[in-house]
Amino acid sequence: MPAAVSSGGSFEGFTGAPGGVVALLSAADRELVDRLRAGDERTFLGLVEKNHRAMVRAAMGYVASEAIAEEVVQEAWVGILQGLDKFEGRCPLRAWMFRILVNCAKMRGGREARSVPFSALEREDGEGDRRPVEGFRPPDDPRWPGHWAQAPERWTDERLADAQALARIRTEIEKLPPNQRQVITLRDIEDWESVEVCEALGISEANQRVLLHRARTRVRQALAGWATEGTP
Amino acid sequence: MSAARPQDLACRELVELLTEFLENALEERTRTQVEQHLVLCPGCTEYLRQFRATIGATRKLAEEDLTEAVKEKLLDAFRHWRQGS
Repeated sequence: MPAAVSSGGSFEGFTGAPGGVVALLSAADRELVDRLRAGDERTFLGLVEKNHRAMVRAAMGYVASEAIAEEVVQEAWVGILQGLDKFEGRCPLRAWMFRILVNCAKMRGGREARSVPFSALEREDGEGDRRPVEGFRPPDDPRWPGHWAQAPERWTDERLADAQALARIRTEIEKLPPNQRQVITLRDIEDWESVEVCEALGISEANQRVLLHRARTRVRQALAGWATEGTP
Repeated sequence: MSAARPQDLACRELVELLTEFLENALEERTRTQVEQHLVLCPGCTEYLRQFRATIGATRKLAEEDLTEAVKEKLLDAFRHWRQGS
């Protein structure tokens, strides 16, 4: 069907897509949705395999244990299935799924205490959080203000390849605040595009980068002490 | 940023810019400062290398598998949903 361009310059004529899915959706997402609606079990399992672990990790920021996070994600899957018939495709499928998950997790987590709303981020961004984690010279150093007091010790990257390193990373990510944990999970573990992450979490690109950077910095730091152990 | 001279990006500042640097989100001028700094500073070069290695290692967590029990349970939910709709 040819797209009509309205006087405002925006495209119209897409909304009549079958099943009410707006054609803004990528062809791949569109096909996924169609297959799920048709009851294709393999498609569903594929979706689960691709996203379940990430969802559990993200949910853990809101609840007390991995077991509860696992339950929350299973609830979220049910919610996703129930919502699927009404899914209009205004955002990518994964982003939509993730919003459902976050809602389920927040509801289960109950008290606000554990869930830091993204809107609180700006305030948190102040200098308060900027504790120097590495050894830098003071800003009034006569020769090299703000430069390394002691350069980072070299790593042997082979050490990062072993299972202990992964355990270390997992533990550190679990300790992160929910918003940092979600961003690093989606970006660095699941390899999502930043646009998609922003969409799923309802945050700006700039916020997303700040959260990602903090999370990566923490993980690198956790690995640092360990990766240099036992090296000359 | 208050750096008086363009080459005067402190290491402390540089490490805060690395995610933006890796995402190509820095302004041209700042990007050049970072690149010039890295050429001259082995400490920051090592830090960047570690930062990248961290990102690479983190990605490996994606390879963790799901248990059959979880898959079965969700497949059940899927069948149930299909019958109900």
